[in-house]
Amino acid sequence: MLDNINILIMAPVYNLALIIDGLLIGSVYALMAYGLALVWGVMNVKNLAQGGFVMAGGYVCWWLGENGIHPFIGLVAAAAVLWVLGYVVFKIVVRQVLDRDLFTSLLATFGVAIVTEQVLNILFTSDTRSINLGYESLTFAGGAVNLPVQKIGAFVLAAVLAVALALFMKRSRMGQAIRATAQNPRAARVMGIDTERVYAFTYSLNAAICGASGALVAMIWLIQPFYGLAYAIRAFVIVTAAGLGNLPGVIVAGLGMGVIEQYGGFILGATFQQAIVVGLLIVVLAVRMAQAQMRREIVQ
Amino acid sequence: MSAIIEVDSVTKTFGGVVANHAISLKVEKGAITGLIGPNGSGKTTLFNSIVGYHPIDAGSIRFEGEEISRLRVPRIARLGLLRTFQQTRIYGKMNCMQNMLISVPHRKAGFWDMFARDTVERSDQAEQLLHFVGLYEKRWLRAGELSFGQQKLLEFAMALMNEPTVLMLDEPTAGINPTLINGLIDRLHRANEQFGITLFVIEHNMRVIMNLAERIYCLAHGELLAEGTPDQIRNDKRVIDAYLGAH
Amino acid sequence: MKMAILCAAILAAGLAAPFVVPDYTTQASVLWVMVLLALTWDMQGGQMGYNSLGNIFFFGLGMYASAVVQIGLFHPVGDYTYAAGVELFEFTPSQYWTGLALGIPVAGVVCAIAAIPLGLIFFGLRGPYFAIGTLAVAVAAGELFSAWEWVGAGSGVTMPSFPHHPDLAKLSFYYMNFAIAVVLFALLAWIYATRFGLAINAIRDDEQKAESMGLHTTRYKCVNWSIAAFFLGMSGAIFGNMVGFIDPREVAFATITFGIFMVVMALLGGKGTLWGPVVGAVMFHSFKEVTWTYMLGWQWVALGGLIVLIVVYFQDGFMGWLMRVKPEWFGIRVEARARETGRARAMEAAQ
Repeated sequence: MLDNINILIMAPVYNLALIIDGLLIGSVYALMAYGLALVWGVMNVKNLAQGGFVMAGGYVCWWLGENGIHPFIGLVAAAAVLWVLGYVVFKIVVRQVLDRDLFTSLLATFGVAIVTEQVLNILFTSDTRSINLGYESLTFAGGAVNLPVQKIGAFVLAAVLAVALALFMKRSRMGQAIRATAQNPRAARVMGIDTERVYAFTYSLNAAICGASGALVAMIWLIQPFYGLAYAIRAFVIVTAAGLGNLPGVIVAGLGMGVIEQYGGFILGATFQQAIVVGLLIVVLAVRMAQAQMRREIVQ
Repeated sequence: MSAIIEVDSVTKTFGGVVANHAISLKVEKGAITGLIGPNGSGKTTLFNSIVGYHPIDAGSIRFEGEEISRLRVPRIARLGLLRTFQQTRIYGKMNCMQNMLISVPHRKAGFWDMFARDTVERSDQAEQLLHFVGLYEKRWLRAGELSFGQQKLLEFAMALMNEPTVLMLDEPTAGINPTLINGLIDRLHRANEQFGITLFVIEHNMRVIMNLAERIYCLAHGELLAEGTPDQIRNDKRVIDAYLGAH
Repeated sequence: MKMAILCAAILAAGLAAPFVVPDYTTQASVLWVMVLLALTWDMQGGQMGYNSLGNIFFFGLGMYASAVVQIGLFHPVGDYTYAAGVELFEFTPSQYWTGLALGIPVAGVVCAIAAIPLGLIFFGLRGPYFAIGTLAVAVAAGELFSAWEWVGAGSGVTMPSFPHHPDLAKLSFYYMNFAIAVVLFALLAWIYATRFGLAINAIRDDEQKAESMGLHTTRYKCVNWSIAAFFLGMSGAIFGNMVGFIDPREVAFATITFGIFMVVMALLGGKGTLWGPVVGAVMFHSFKEVTWTYMLGWQWVALGGLIVLIVVYFQDGFMGWLMRVKPEWFGIRVEARARETGRARAMEAAQ
């Protein structure tokens, strides 16, 4: 471990590689976390199926890629397929548990997560997959930093998606309806907003965001049916750290998590990467608890 | 006659709002003290500060001579300072007897007391207190199925079961059928006289508080406006203005 | 009286089962594991209102702890796991049994102790945060143990093999699982009738109220989890030996199988009751054993469907339904008159 830290100090350029990798995967984390925050804020459902949706999107894109369709189109397809899946899940599962206690909705979405992951396992087996576009890499610093063009492309796509989302939420009628419902569902209904439709739309939108994120993950890193749960937990950590209504916070936290994981993976070894998520979760929760103690509240 | 609760220059702010500003008052041991004031004057905030629900920004709160403003809710409760809630809180899925039995004092509870079985004395005590508040016939019903007024009585009985030194009641007659209020006032008096419990009561119902309390403090806009006997308060122009002005 | 007869009958059936239906000994053995998993989950979930998704952490931790003891007493653990699959390390029968006899209680104690700091951290969280936090711990444990070379990392641990005939193995593990399930049930039957039971129910119904009445909520919460962890650890230790091989994610920290089954079983049977988790375990396990082999991979969809069905339509589970239909059996007084007087009171209040 100390050797690894030494490398970072002796050859600062490796830091650059880690940071860039971290930002790349972090951009996906941020997107995913935003979707989670959306669903959470609008209908108070903490969607544990988030990771499952991401993996599903990744597999859609990968499978299309195996059949000759360019991943950038595959990404759109993934978003579309997941939109439909999200809608179906909403109608069958989520809608029934909207007015129940929080554990019920958590458990219900956990059930969805399990089903999704297991079905993916049946369809695609438990090998890890990724998409290789065969583009070259940019290298600099004499080969120390290796930046595949496809990863840059993915990052750009992530940024584009984020901007598009932000614009949508701000400018469109539905976006405003969503924000109104998030603030006060009853008032929204009184004002004539069909909250049912808003909930369905929001959940589907989140699924689509996850689908697109999954396609990006397949391009940047790896997908595997059972990685989903760890992604869901990551999304939670980010939203918990940033706070629900805080979009810039979510972005920063997402990117930050990506970077921390890369550093952790480098220093402690790749296999500890998943565990870092939990470490972060505990840290975040501990900080929140400490803050709450000072105000003598409870972390709700 | 000594003060069992001493609130000294307590200030509490929420965000930009000053809920309590430099409030000082004393609750006499063994007496019934009232706290009144128009809506939003900071009464419940003061209560919450005293029982440790949140920390205070400035000032000191002493119970039986000891500083309690930095203690947590369970600690303060175990010292003998109990409160009832404005929105009555009981254990909904347990029956009345169980609600009573878990309300025994935990002051001296050691590790192995966690596994104690409830004694006949405790059951008897619970039944007597339920009888005292008029819930004896309903003692095996689930608390959650009682009516609102009955739940309030149960909460009161549970508080008595805890053998507190001081009981702080937040609007004990709110939402109670007017015909039942006299009975409640009577029980409060008896709790004070027979059980020797000091009472500190927030009330909106003027008739109730004038009949109940020996000394009354009036808050307005987060500050202490006036204090005195019921007669003094009744005739205090500032109090009258505060209430009329608030409408 | 009826209760005593029922218990005696079940006890007798449990004792006799391996001889009456010897082909199903292993399934029955797993059934007792399920009963224990459901009961321990319900201690925090149904009885205390803290829904844990990570109790499986203690199951896995106990499993590994016992393995370390069983192996480490006689051979260097690191070497053993490194040479997994190669028959270099042998255990004499007396070594095996000594290891087992020590490993199981050690597993229980290790987990009981671990539950305290974890409890202090996680019981400060409410509701969904507690669930997710505990889930994260279990997931992380799976990952960490998959990376820890000393205990075999991703290749897991091959347990010392049972030194006698495999049928005797099945029998031994059956009775071990049966025994701790019965002991746990008896303990819970006793403990729920003491102040402990009232306290954890009060915490469930209104924790802030309990605190404001001076209840030592933290103490109760941590002791509750510690007791559960103790049994979970021992159960994990036995299970690891029964399976013969510890896989960190599939067998030990099985978050998406056993970890979620325990929740489903308790809900199905009726959470917050003594018999609910038992009934739920029997129902779930039987259903699973009978149907899953025919589902050719789609059993997970069935499981997901079951979860949704239960949380949406059967919130109170079987026992909840039973208590509504036959409250007399449970000593719940329902006042028929209350409905009339209720109306009268409502009319009064409306004046």
